[in-house]
Amino acid sequence: MAADYKKITTDGLWGNNPALVQLLGLCPLLAVTGSVVNAIGLGVASTIVLMGSNLTVSAFRKFVPESVRLPIFVMIIASFVTAIELLMKAFTYELYLILGIFIPLIVTNCAIMGRADAFACKNPVKESLLDGLMMGLGFTAVLVVLGAMRESLGLGTLFSDMHLLFGPMAENWKIVLVDDYPGFLFAILPPGAFVGMGLIIALKNVIDSRRNTRQLELEPDDIVKPERVRVTG
Amino acid sequence: MALIRTSSPHLHKASSTSDVMRLVVLATLPGLAAMTFFFGWGTLINVIWACLLAVGFEASIVKLRKRPLGFYLKDYSALVTALLLGLALPPFAPWWITLVGVFVAIVIAKHLYGGLGQNPFNPAMVAYALLLVSFPLQMTTWNAPFVMINGGESWNVLGFSDTLLLIFGGIEPPLFDSLTSATPLDVMRHRGGLTTEEVWSAIPVLAEGIGAWHAVSAAYFMGGVFLIYRKVFTIHTPLAILATLAIISSLFYALDPYQYADPFFHLTTGATMLGAFFIATDPVTSATSNRGKIVFGIGIGVLIFVIRGWGGYPDAVAFAVLLMNLSAPFIDQYTQPRSYGHAKANRGMKGGM
Repeated sequence: MAADYKKITTDGLWGNNPALVQLLGLCPLLAVTGSVVNAIGLGVASTIVLMGSNLTVSAFRKFVPESVRLPIFVMIIASFVTAIELLMKAFTYELYLILGIFIPLIVTNCAIMGRADAFACKNPVKESLLDGLMMGLGFTAVLVVLGAMRESLGLGTLFSDMHLLFGPMAENWKIVLVDDYPGFLFAILPPGAFVGMGLIIALKNVIDSRRNTRQLELEPDDIVKPERVRVTG
Repeated sequence: MALIRTSSPHLHKASSTSDVMRLVVLATLPGLAAMTFFFGWGTLINVIWACLLAVGFEASIVKLRKRPLGFYLKDYSALVTALLLGLALPPFAPWWITLVGVFVAIVIAKHLYGGLGQNPFNPAMVAYALLLVSFPLQMTTWNAPFVMINGGESWNVLGFSDTLLLIFGGIEPPLFDSLTSATPLDVMRHRGGLTTEEVWSAIPVLAEGIGAWHAVSAAYFMGGVFLIYRKVFTIHTPLAILATLAIISSLFYALDPYQYADPFFHLTTGATMLGAFFIATDPVTSATSNRGKIVFGIGIGVLIFVIRGWGGYPDAVAFAVLLMNLSAPFIDQYTQPRSYGHAKANRGMKGGM
């Protein structure tokens, strides 16, 4: 199979985005996106785990028996998550406390399991690594957009507390959008995450349908029918 | 002889959505008048501001959805939503509270679900619940009825221009602080170790001001009876709500009069009357059949008592209505009446056969 790096990249970032199209890993996505720093923290952790698990699963794909593949994937993912958890405890302890249970819960993030089963166990190492990186970046991008939306609406700030992740140099990255903002608790609470997520998905669909219409006008013969992408094995 | 033969129904004029909505607007006027009389110009200004916003948001979202503008604006449903929200808000709520509320009601709770007739939840109550959760301070700051200020000798609530300035942010809060007061439901909820009897005699809002809430409730009751008389809705939902609330609260009051408020208190304070006659009867979001409406009303009555008594917020009508809106399709499925020609009703789950 010829490696189609471009397709893997666009699929991960847009066409088959784990958060917007596959709708996987919504539990941490909705729970921790109260601010940008939380979103980046969880996004980076998920991306590293995703790359590590894709790499390992792909490297061992010839030795893993079909019937017990899921327990093996879980163990591979769990070991990477443990490593990440220890790293975060060591270097970004305050962020680790804020994200709390959602760091160990990366193990059960279906996006990671889904990629291991749908892609990594059928493809060579290089493609799998790229797929993990792109899927992770796509997931992180959605997290950050949602986090920025909720932080700016809920607290009237952007990039507050970034020093938790980037150290002392990020102390004054905080942007106060509105002085004396009364706070909009709804955006910070889980219902606000659902509404925000719905709006982002709607926006993606609008962009896609606009693009399809334009393509239709340009080359009417080359219609790509929308097809539901199979995400699990 | 040429007779014009037509088949039934022999109605001269179909009752349209806009006729119904106009009647509802008419029926809220006594309540609006009573609120304005007892609590000052704030309610009237809020209602007008909310109506302006509602027409604006409705027009822009209808345009955005590429629907005929005139047709949707003429059904008055946005106005009714704004009116009910304006009546439910505290009289001196700042302008941006109403702005956020009307936006959520019209754009998110109504049009994102597909517009009038498609919304699963009552838009005004979605907005009210969201505001109450998001802005607890502004949403629980009520002012005292005029009978409590200076012994009620004259109508000395804040004047019209001062109220306007207060709502639109041109006045310092200290002037307003002297006018604020807890609502009766707040007092009942946060009374510490006092028994019900002590609360009634010790707290001025109950000892002196309770008449204002009674009068406002009576005004809503009148409007509701008018709507039942004009057959805008049937008696089932309001009767079920009020009867259930009365029965449960009497039961608890009889068991322990020191701890629980009497049934009359539950029926005449807070948003009970407004909710029972104007909010729970929304034809879109309530149950459909008469039997279903009774189940729906009983659910609301029980939930109002439970949330008022043991929940985290003083009043419960918005949450009770929303929770029952959620169960309305389920109730409908089990209360479908027998249709003519069928031996038994077509009820419950299908499949498996």
